[in-house]
Amino acid sequence: MWQIFHKLGSPKWFFGIATRLMPWLLAGGVLLMMAGIVWGLGFAPKDYLQGNSYRIIFIHVPTAFLAQSVYIMMAVAAVVTLVWRMKLADVFVKAVAPVGLVLTFLALFTGAVWGKPTWGTWWIWDARLTSMLILLFLYGGVIALDRAINDEKSAARAVAVLVLVGVVNIPIIKYSVEWWNTLHQPATFKLTEKPTMPAEMWVPLLLSVLGLYLVFGWLACLRMQTEILVREQRTRWVREHVMAGRT
Amino acid sequence: MNNVCTRRVSLECTRCRMSVHRPGYGALMSEPLLQAANLQCERGERILFRDLSFSILPGTVTRVEGANGTGKTTLLRILAGLNDAWSGELLWRGQSRVIHREEFLRNMLYLGHRPGIKALLTPMENLRALTASRRPVADTVLHQALAGTGLDGFQEVPCRKLSAGQQRRVALARLLIADEPLWLLDEVFTAIDADGVRAIETLLQHRAEEGGAVVVTTHHDLQLPGMQRIVLGGESDDEC
Amino acid sequence: MNAETRPLIKPLSSGVGNMASMKAVFSRDMKVAFRQRQDLLNPLLFFVMVVTLFPLGVSPEVSFLREAGAGILWVAALLSVLLSLDHLFRHDFDDGTLEQLVLQPQPLFLLVLAKTLAHWTLTGLPLVLLAPVLGVMVHLEGNSIAVLCLTLLIGTPVLSLIGSIGAALTLGLRSAGVLLSLLIIPLYIPVLIFGTGTVAAATEGAPVAAYLALLGAFLVLAITLAPFAASAALRISLSNS
Repeated sequence: MWQIFHKLGSPKWFFGIATRLMPWLLAGGVLLMMAGIVWGLGFAPKDYLQGNSYRIIFIHVPTAFLAQSVYIMMAVAAVVTLVWRMKLADVFVKAVAPVGLVLTFLALFTGAVWGKPTWGTWWIWDARLTSMLILLFLYGGVIALDRAINDEKSAARAVAVLVLVGVVNIPIIKYSVEWWNTLHQPATFKLTEKPTMPAEMWVPLLLSVLGLYLVFGWLACLRMQTEILVREQRTRWVREHVMAGRT
Repeated sequence: MNNVCTRRVSLECTRCRMSVHRPGYGALMSEPLLQAANLQCERGERILFRDLSFSILPGTVTRVEGANGTGKTTLLRILAGLNDAWSGELLWRGQSRVIHREEFLRNMLYLGHRPGIKALLTPMENLRALTASRRPVADTVLHQALAGTGLDGFQEVPCRKLSAGQQRRVALARLLIADEPLWLLDEVFTAIDADGVRAIETLLQHRAEEGGAVVVTTHHDLQLPGMQRIVLGGESDDEC
Repeated sequence: MNAETRPLIKPLSSGVGNMASMKAVFSRDMKVAFRQRQDLLNPLLFFVMVVTLFPLGVSPEVSFLREAGAGILWVAALLSVLLSLDHLFRHDFDDGTLEQLVLQPQPLFLLVLAKTLAHWTLTGLPLVLLAPVLGVMVHLEGNSIAVLCLTLLIGTPVLSLIGSIGAALTLGLRSAGVLLSLLIIPLYIPVLIFGTGTVAAATEGAPVAAYLALLGAFLVLAITLAPFAASAALRISLSNS
């Protein structure tokens, strides 16, 4: 059991697995996303209330969904970093934090674009948008702290502590923002919470969410590989790998 | 004051720079306080040291030597448990320091390069604060300890009005009252005048004779009979 | 130097109790702070000045100030706590006191808690005491002022506690002050929301006990978790130095 765990933690082993896994992740992800988005944008029925503008959910929901789960994944990796000092875990955190930031930004951006036709304004202090904005701040903090600490190991552990503090706070933030929102804007109606979404709508949505997960997996592997190459540049296997690529 | 010193024998450094033979050593002192095996420390890309193995026995003075940047302070901080960017094995009395953390900390005194003296407080207040959490000491004893380091008359003067050497002496006063078996001292001779240096040398010598273990890093050419040496820097193993 | 009075060496098995050493840490911090009284005034002056900016910058209308007053005071208090956080561990880090603190044989989180408590006593508490004066200046009513002070009394320790994590994480870094704010502000949002929300409820005449209880829950949570995170962060920062 421990052997497997340590093997899992070995950057070299991961590098090999990732190389084999990545084409499948990318192919599967692109296929699913294409299917979901084409279906969603082209063939799914109109929303009876919002018309065609709702169709942005096929991009908005996957990004928002993933932006949040990336933070959770980072928190899991942070625990592994702090408890077992596994190298790969902190490589993961470092590699995916910017991805999370971009996804959060995309979710906010698409939310704003969606807000224009539905609410008549680009930005509204809606509970969801506000908590996403705070999530963006959290990602920004993680990245800023990582950049500020020169020593790699200290950076990894400091970032892990910050991510964990953040993850404890996320439910509190979400709850308080929702409470604050009802205090200030009782009239906001929730768009994505209609339970009666027809299958023609949620199936493509599900496809694009799954697709984005796979694409994220590919991107995470790619960024982790790059980070591993930088970190392990002194080792023999990396030199051999790079030389092999050159010839 | 005790007969421990009569049993002290000179250290024989054999091929390896760290292994120390102490034939005929009494049972009182046989158990090493600290044992390091295959210590390795990397800083950034550079390996500061590796395969470092040694034991710190009671009744010994150990001097960590090496040029600037070879990791003397880092090694001392690793031994103290401040720096944990190392791999290998490090045992306190044959046990894990993590599990017996409290016991280890109670029995270890670390004086860093920056010794924890507050410029706004007086030597007395500083010493009181530093000892309060380890072993409360009566004010008269603190007063005497400060006098013993040549700070008589300065006990109630804010430290910021003292010279660098005098501030170091405030920290050194801890050594006069400390009863921790293991002392880790980083650059104790910095900013100390010649008389002070001799006094510290004597103090360390006495300490070893009492059965205490002292590890010092210094550029000062400290020579004590029976001193153990840990030489850092350079991959050559024939330093001794 | 005389070494004659020293006892024979044997392992020390008993030490100083946790409470005693927390008290020692607390009283040293207080003593150091009172040797430099000017530094104690700075966050307070900052607090007053930030509050002054709002009538000048937005509107001196009584109706506006009455509505926004609690929020203004809370934001100003939050910022001035944030400003003072950089000093929480910085001086101790620079002079080596922090190394000695980490090497004390007591659990580090308790010592960190004592330091944070000292920090709050020196910055948060004076803010709470000053708040009624500023409350009158922004035309809050008596009842609202009382509730505001109560929320600040419960809320500012939470700010200090959460802030201690950020201060520990950014210790020894370049531009630590700005970074500290970036890390900590998002975590302050719930406290801010409930702090101002409670006053808003009080102004509308709604019962506030439940809100105060919630703020109290934040405080309990912060007391139990923040010192752990901060002490872990301190070890990491020290290991790096």
